[in-house]
Amino acid sequence: MDVLGRYRNLIVLVGVLFAQVLGLAVQVKRTTDSEPTRLIRIWAVGTVTPLEKALVWAQTSTGNIWHNYFYLRGVRAENRSLKAQIERMSLEQVRMSQDADQARRLQALLAFKEQFISQTMAAQVIGSSGSELSRSVYIDKGVSDGIKPDMAVITADGIVGKILRVYGSTSLVLLINDQTSGVGALLDKTRLQGILRGTPAGEVVIEKVMSDEAVLAGELVLTSGGDGIFPKGLLVGKVTKVSAGSELFLNIRVRPAADLSKLEEVLVVTKIDERQAQPDQTGAARAVDILAERLPTVPAKPENAEKGAVAGTTAPAPVAPTTAAPMTVAPTTTGSGAKPKAAPPEASAGRGGPAARKTATPLSSNGTSSATKATAIDAPKVFPKPVKSAVQPKAQPAVQDSPH
Amino acid sequence: MAITYTSGEQVEVYRFSIPATILIPLAAVFLQAWLPLRFPFFTIFDLPLLVTIGFATARRSPLAGLLTGSLIGILQDALTHQLIGLYGIAKTIVGFGASSLGIKLDVENAGARFLLTIFFYVVHKVVYFMIARGLAGLRMAWSWPHEFLSCGANALLGVLVFMLLDRVKQRT
Repeated sequence: MDVLGRYRNLIVLVGVLFAQVLGLAVQVKRTTDSEPTRLIRIWAVGTVTPLEKALVWAQTSTGNIWHNYFYLRGVRAENRSLKAQIERMSLEQVRMSQDADQARRLQALLAFKEQFISQTMAAQVIGSSGSELSRSVYIDKGVSDGIKPDMAVITADGIVGKILRVYGSTSLVLLINDQTSGVGALLDKTRLQGILRGTPAGEVVIEKVMSDEAVLAGELVLTSGGDGIFPKGLLVGKVTKVSAGSELFLNIRVRPAADLSKLEEVLVVTKIDERQAQPDQTGAARAVDILAERLPTVPAKPENAEKGAVAGTTAPAPVAPTTAAPMTVAPTTTGSGAKPKAAPPEASAGRGGPAARKTATPLSSNGTSSATKATAIDAPKVFPKPVKSAVQPKAQPAVQDSPH
Repeated sequence: MAITYTSGEQVEVYRFSIPATILIPLAAVFLQAWLPLRFPFFTIFDLPLLVTIGFATARRSPLAGLLTGSLIGILQDALTHQLIGLYGIAKTIVGFGASSLGIKLDVENAGARFLLTIFFYVVHKVVYFMIARGLAGLRMAWSWPHEFLSCGANALLGVLVFMLLDRVKQRT
């Protein structure tokens, strides 16, 4: 008894350490399906995240008061600048839509199936794991908001990570720079595929690219869609350094497009749809038509108006030609007060990526792009597609949307 | 006033109120999770470790030190996506060691606290590294400049944390 009393502290230390080592061994042995530590994690998250939520809410509210009421200087100038940018982009899109049409025709010939993001949910980042070895953040959306594990998380700048664990009203997002993360990646110019991984130091590298391939710094990196989590074509980042790696592979360092150390709002991709690519039926838009729409002094073509009348369609005047647009979507941002800075990236701009264009409808996006587009939408509304006056309106494809 | 007698020296033993015992570790874990979002450089600090050392040296009870370290570590583990027990084991050892050392040394002055924090920061890092690599099979990065910077920064912050803990500790 004396011995037990004398070495009581040491015995307790050994006991506590043994219990924890045993617990570690059980966790290592178990598969990811069964999580023996779930209860501890729920308690810990339930203790810490309410404080984080309250603090973020207070911070956001204060910030909103400042930005909405006091800090309005320069808004008009910014508005003018944005309008000018829209004008330029509308013309730019005419050129891009022709490329997209061509891509769609080729895809249809090859019976391509394409993925596109049809529903996202805005979420606010409320906390981090607090460890350099675990690069993950908590968001203020959980099971009650329809979040599920393995959903993609993105921002307007690029991809962020995936949902790893889901709790009642929060979720844990594993960032792409964590060492346990893996994303299918595609180099934009060379079209080489590899696996994007995080390193213990928090850097992002692409693995499994052979050393005889020519990869240059500055090349864009996109998602390949091979991981089954991120749809193809989302912007990941830019190659910053290429060096010889081990075992005949290149060591390609990537700077993520999204600033992973300063995340505030993110979008969780809650629904990805897949459909067969269809060739354009209506013909491409012309730059002159876009200009005609904008300049009231340019009269519409009289033949088109006559044909439109014969066809019995309600022809918009002046004519606003469109590219193929199986569905037209009016994006509405949802979420809990979290406002994403902008729509997610035009991941494949120049390769058929959809972009908002000025047509007869107030807002439209081309949903049949070869690449995917992340939109800050939750419940897309379908508008009738504007038609050329000479063309009979065709049946709209069913739009699979399930708003929350 | 209860006094412990070790090697002929009289060392004062302190205790903390129940709210302080619960809220200070919770606040440390919360700040460790929240501050890096606003100030990314804050990841070099380990506030829960500093609180573990601070509590252990003030109480000077190995049993209380190891249990406090164990609970703080497990709470910290639970917020990560890694296995539970990595921080738990490391902080258990630090809690036990700090309280055992606290019995033998005078840790009331800032210099001693600075050195003590450096020592236990290294112990914590080494134990964590070994467990993460050996038991959990994680790849670990070791950068000497980063570790030196982190060690110094934690030691400086540790002196401040100890001063704050001095305000809430009570003589037994």
